[in-house]
Amino acid sequence: MCTHVTETLPVAGSAKGATGWMRVTDATVYFDHPVHALADHTLNIDLRRPADGVGARLGVELTAASARALAETILAVLDAVPAGIRDE
Amino acid sequence: MYDATLAETVQFPGAGGDLLEAYAARPLDAQPRGGVVVIHHLPGYDRETKEFVRRFAVMGYNAVCPNLYTRIEPGASHDDQAAAARAQGGVPDDQVVGDVTGAAAWLRALSNSNGKVGVIGHCSGGRHAFLMSTAAPVDAAVVCYGGLIVGETPPQMKSMVPLVDRAPQVSCPLLGLFGNDDQFPTPEQVDILEKALVDAGKPHEFHRYDGAGHAFFSVDRTAYRVEAAVDGWAKIGDFFGTHLKG
Repeated sequence: MCTHVTETLPVAGSAKGATGWMRVTDATVYFDHPVHALADHTLNIDLRRPADGVGARLGVELTAASARALAETILAVLDAVPAGIRDE
Repeated sequence: MYDATLAETVQFPGAGGDLLEAYAARPLDAQPRGGVVVIHHLPGYDRETKEFVRRFAVMGYNAVCPNLYTRIEPGASHDDQAAAARAQGGVPDDQVVGDVTGAAAWLRALSNSNGKVGVIGHCSGGRHAFLMSTAAPVDAAVVCYGGLIVGETPPQMKSMVPLVDRAPQVSCPLLGLFGNDDQFPTPEQVDILEKALVDAGKPHEFHRYDGAGHAFFSVDRTAYRVEAAVDGWAKIGDFFGTHLKG
């Protein structure tokens, strides 16, 4: 279904979208029917820069299993970084 | 037999008089015929929904699907509009009612309209089709696995309130098509909706398919279930054939 389960958060960093690199300010995370992925539902992430219009977006659609593996890997990589390098 | 159809992007006013983008398909002969408004799902005004519009034209109806996200940076890619709509928490129900009412008015103004208009939607569009049956003058409504008609909506989408309590306001015959493996709505939620319609004395017919879950009409997804989809299309044809007759 269109789950409507959506979370939004501010982010800082860059992403490469349809028009090249952009500094992203917002992220949307949701679970719904994908536009392109071969799955009925996917975990979707939009990294966005709304100030530059709705097209300033990097969209990702991942199966639930791969999204979870990616999230765990992101945390593992961050945890493995020596203290003092991370700027959190 | 003359069987030409025309499919094209059109414009007409929706809620608040705002000019909407819409995709229309219609037979080109002068014979009076009913109209169908196709309401797209939350992921947007997409290729698959436009295919439904063309199919209704081939079935003999004037059909149109308004882009409910038209107001979000007109001219942007439709998937980007949908992503922005998602980030904004969706679109308000009142705005959807106004937009779909505008689409119905556009259909009724066509020179070959018989004055009858039905609505159909899948998934969140199914919820909107039910909403339309309670909020605006339409002649028939088809709800294909509409979620969030019964049950609480997530806090992130506060604009989408449950609708089942509005069953007494339903003003046209309803056709409901559901998969028994669906979790949104669950078979129990479909029971609750059907009971509300029975209690309110509203004409309706529900069909539920074993072995089918959510989105069983979606030919490009693994959810597609050919038996349910083929039978569902036949049911839609019979229903609109009865209620949109001139």
